[in-house]
Amino acid sequence: MTRHLKLDGPDTSRRLDGMAQGVLGRGEPRPEGALKVTGRALYTGDRQPAGAAHGALVRATITRGRVTALNAAPVLAMPGVLAVIDDPRLVRHSGPGGQPNPPEADARSVVYHGQPVALVVAETPEQARHAARALRPDYAPEDAVTDPEDPRAPVDLPEKKQASTGDLDSAIETADVVIDRSYRTASMSAAAMEPHATLAEWEGDRLTLHGTLQMLAVARAQLAAALQIGEDRIRILAPHVGGGFGSKLGITPETVAAAIAARQIGRPVYVVCARPEALEMVSRRSETLQRIRLAADESGRLTGIGHESLVSNLPGQSFSEPVQQATHFTYEAAHRRIVHRVARVHRMMAGPVRAPGEAVGATVFECAMDELADRLGLCPVALRLRNIPKAEPVSGRPYSSNMLAACLTEGARRFGWDERHAAPRARREGEWWIGMGMASAVRVNLVMEAKARVTLHPEATALVETDMTDIGTGSYAVLTQIAAELLGLPMQAVATVLGDTELPKSSGSGGSFGAASTGTAVYLACMELRSRLAEAMGCPEPDLTLKDGHAIHANTRRPIGELMGRALMQAEGHVTPGDATGKVRQATWGAHFAEVAVNAATGETRLRRMQGTFAAGRILNAQTARSQLLGGMIWGIGMALTEELVHDARDGHVVNRDLAEYHLPVNADVPALEVHLLEETDDWATPMQAKGIGELGICGAGAAILNAIHNACGVRVRSFPATLDKVLAGLEQAEAEAAG
Amino acid sequence: MHVTLKINDSAHDLTLDPRTTLLDAIRLHAGLTGTKKGCDHGQCGACTVLVNGRRINACLSLAVMHEGDEITTIEGLGSPDALSPLQAAFVETDGFQCGYCTPGQICSATAMLEEIRAGWPSHVSASLDGPALPTEAEIAERMSGNLCRCSAYPNIVAAIRLVAAAREDAA
Repeated sequence: MTRHLKLDGPDTSRRLDGMAQGVLGRGEPRPEGALKVTGRALYTGDRQPAGAAHGALVRATITRGRVTALNAAPVLAMPGVLAVIDDPRLVRHSGPGGQPNPPEADARSVVYHGQPVALVVAETPEQARHAARALRPDYAPEDAVTDPEDPRAPVDLPEKKQASTGDLDSAIETADVVIDRSYRTASMSAAAMEPHATLAEWEGDRLTLHGTLQMLAVARAQLAAALQIGEDRIRILAPHVGGGFGSKLGITPETVAAAIAARQIGRPVYVVCARPEALEMVSRRSETLQRIRLAADESGRLTGIGHESLVSNLPGQSFSEPVQQATHFTYEAAHRRIVHRVARVHRMMAGPVRAPGEAVGATVFECAMDELADRLGLCPVALRLRNIPKAEPVSGRPYSSNMLAACLTEGARRFGWDERHAAPRARREGEWWIGMGMASAVRVNLVMEAKARVTLHPEATALVETDMTDIGTGSYAVLTQIAAELLGLPMQAVATVLGDTELPKSSGSGGSFGAASTGTAVYLACMELRSRLAEAMGCPEPDLTLKDGHAIHANTRRPIGELMGRALMQAEGHVTPGDATGKVRQATWGAHFAEVAVNAATGETRLRRMQGTFAAGRILNAQTARSQLLGGMIWGIGMALTEELVHDARDGHVVNRDLAEYHLPVNADVPALEVHLLEETDDWATPMQAKGIGELGICGAGAAILNAIHNACGVRVRSFPATLDKVLAGLEQAEAEAAG
Repeated sequence: MHVTLKINDSAHDLTLDPRTTLLDAIRLHAGLTGTKKGCDHGQCGACTVLVNGRRINACLSLAVMHEGDEITTIEGLGSPDALSPLQAAFVETDGFQCGYCTPGQICSATAMLEEIRAGWPSHVSASLDGPALPTEAEIAERMSGNLCRCSAYPNIVAAIRLVAAAREDAA
C-alpha cells in the first residue's frame, strides 16, 4: 500500500513534534560508521570479483577533430591485452546532471582535449594502463576555441535565464552611490576523494553494474539510452559512494565503456579512473565572469541591481552555471536586470558542482555588497539588513520563511562583529594585517519525487529500502532516524538499505534535496504504518504513541508485534513536488563571518577563524548537519584562496590535473570553525519541515574571506582565488594609496 | 616476481608484476580493500598504511621492496566489533563523511601520535628539541598529508585530540 503526497501547500500538522522516541534531530552517529572506519565498507573499486578484466581509457591528444585511424593492432599484441573497444556507442563526456538523456555518443569525434576515444581491456590494471598509453590514434584536427572570452567563441543567451524589471540604467544615473565591478571565478573541480569507477558484469542480456553514482535511477536511464537497451535489463548498485559533489550526478564515460567491454569479452570489466581523469575528463564548475552593478541611495537602500554573467560549456550542452539563481530573491530593488551568457568552448564539460549557481554567484554578489557598504561608510551587516525584501521581488510571492535577518544578527553577535574596524589597515600584529569580513548565505530549496518502502516486523524491527545513495551526506543516519522516530523504535532496531535500483526509486543525492525528498517518502511510509497500528489499537493515529517497540494509548501499552498479529506490515511512501513551488519562494539562509591575517611582506592569507549561522528548517541529525555545513564552509576557503583548474591557453586542457597542483584546502588551512543552527519551522518544506543543507555552507563563504582580506589590508581581489601573488600586487598599490 | 608480504600478521605469498605498487598488492592481490586509492601519486594520503610502525603512502612504494616488513592496514587496527580508540573516536566526532579517505586518516593518525610521543618536531613546533604536544595546530599540521574533500578536518582533529587526551590521562 502506498501513501502518496503531492506538495501543494503547507502542512501544519507538525506530526514529528508529537513523537516520543526522541532520536530524530539528535546527533546520532552514522549507522555505517563502524564499517567506514575499519575499511569494511565496500566502494565500487573494492569488489574485485574473480575473473574481472581491467580497462583503461585512451584519451584524445587533440582538442577538436576526428579519430581517422585507431591503430589498435600493435596494442592488441601487447602482453595481457584482451581487446580495444572502439564502439560507436562510447560517449564523449559525462551525462547531464539529473536528466535522463544520455551523453553524446560517437567518441571518435573529439570535442575537448582529454576526451576518451577508446578503451583498452587487459588482464591486469598495469597492462591495461600501459597499453592505453601506447595506443597512438591518427587524428584529423580542426580549429577549436577554448577561451570563453575569445571573441570568436559563439555565445548563447538562454531565454529563460534573462530577466529585466524597471529601468536599471535610469536607476544607476539617478543613484547616490553606484558600484560597477567585474569579477572572475576560476574553473573548479568537485575532486571527490573516490575517483570515478565502474564494474560491469553481464548475465545473459542482463547487466549488473556497480558505479560511483549519486542518482541511480537517472544513471540507469542514461545508461540504457547510451547502450540502446531497455532499462529493465540494468541493475545498478552503489551502497557506498566516496563523495560526489555533483560530479557523479549522471553516468561518466567509463560507465558506458565498461558495460560495452564486459559484454564484448564476456567477462566482468573494471574501469577505475585515474586521478587525472577525474580532474580533466569528468566535469568542472564553469569559470565565470560576472559584472555586478548596484545602485543605492545614501541610506544604503538598493534601487537597482544588475548581474551579468558569462559562463561556458561545450556546444550543445543545456547546463549553464545558474549564477544568478539567488540574485532574484535575496535583496530588494525596484530596477533589476539579469543577463546570462554561455560561451561555447572546447573545454571539458561544465556541470553542476556543489551549489551550482549560488556557490559562485552569491559569493561574487556578496563581494560587491561589501564594496557598496565600504563606499557608503555603512556596516556591511546593516546594509544587508536594510535590503531584505518582505516578499520575493518581481513575482511578489511570499517567502515560505526568510531567516536571513536572524542569521545576520545572531551571527554578528556570536562572532564579535562589533570589534571590527570599519576602515581597512587598522589592525596589525607583527607582519600580519588582521581583518574581518562577512557575507550572507542563501540557497534555493528543492524537493524531488521520491519513493521508499518500510517494512515493520513483529519483533519490533524495521527495514527501510530505497535506491537513495549516501555520498557522505548522512542518508543512512537520517533515514534510519526518521523511521525510528515515527515507528517508536531504537536506532539499532532499524536497518536501512540503499543504493540498489531494484529498490523504490528515490530522489538520489544532489542539489541538497536528498534528505528532505527521500526522507519524506520514508515519513509517508511510516505514517501509513502508524495509521494501521492505530486502527489495531482502536484510536485515531494522532493519539497513538509509539515508543521502544510498544504502542501506547490512554492507559493501554501493548507490544507492536501483538497489534500486528505477528505478521509483518509493509508500506510505501511517495512524494511528488506540486504547486507549493509556485506559491512561495523557498530557500535556506545563513550568514558567514571570517577573520583573516594577511602577510604584509608575502601577501599570504591565513584564515584565523570563521563562523556560520544557518537556518535550514528542521534539523534531522545535529551532527551530520553540522558536518555538511563545515564541509561547505571549507569549500568556501578553497574557492577564496586556493582552487583553480588552469586551462592551457593553446588547447584548453587542464594543466593542473592532480592533487599536488589543484589545491584543495588541507587540515592546516582550516582553523577552528563554528557552526550555529537557528530553529526554523517552515511548513511549506514537506511535512517534516526539513530543508536542504548540503550546499548552503558554501554559498557566500568565500566572500566573507575575500571581504576580510580587504578589511585587513585594503586589497580587493576580484579574480578568485585570491592567491598571494594577486594580494601582493594589490598591497603595493594599497600602500601607495595609504602613503599618497 | 614472487614476494611474501606480512600484512596484519598474516603472510601473503604473491606473484606480482614487478611494477605493482604496495597499494595494488594490498588491495588487488592480498584482497584487503580497506586501503583506498585516491590519486596513485602520493598526493592525497588515502592509501596510508603502516610499515614497521611508520606511516607511508602505499602508492609510492613497490610491493617487491617490502619482503619481511611488518605491514599494518586499517583492517589490522580494529574491526567493527572491536574498534581501535581512534576508530571509535572518528565515529563519535563524525570525523568523516563519505568515508573514502578515512582508513588513510586513521592509519596516519595512529602513527602520527607515536611521532608526537617520540618528540619529533613539525613545522609548527616551538622547538626542535621537544617535547611535542598534541595541540590542534600540531595535529592539523601533521595530518595535512591526508586530504578530505568532504572537509571533515575539524572533526578529524577533534577525534585525534580525544584519543591523545585519553592517553595523557592514562599516562
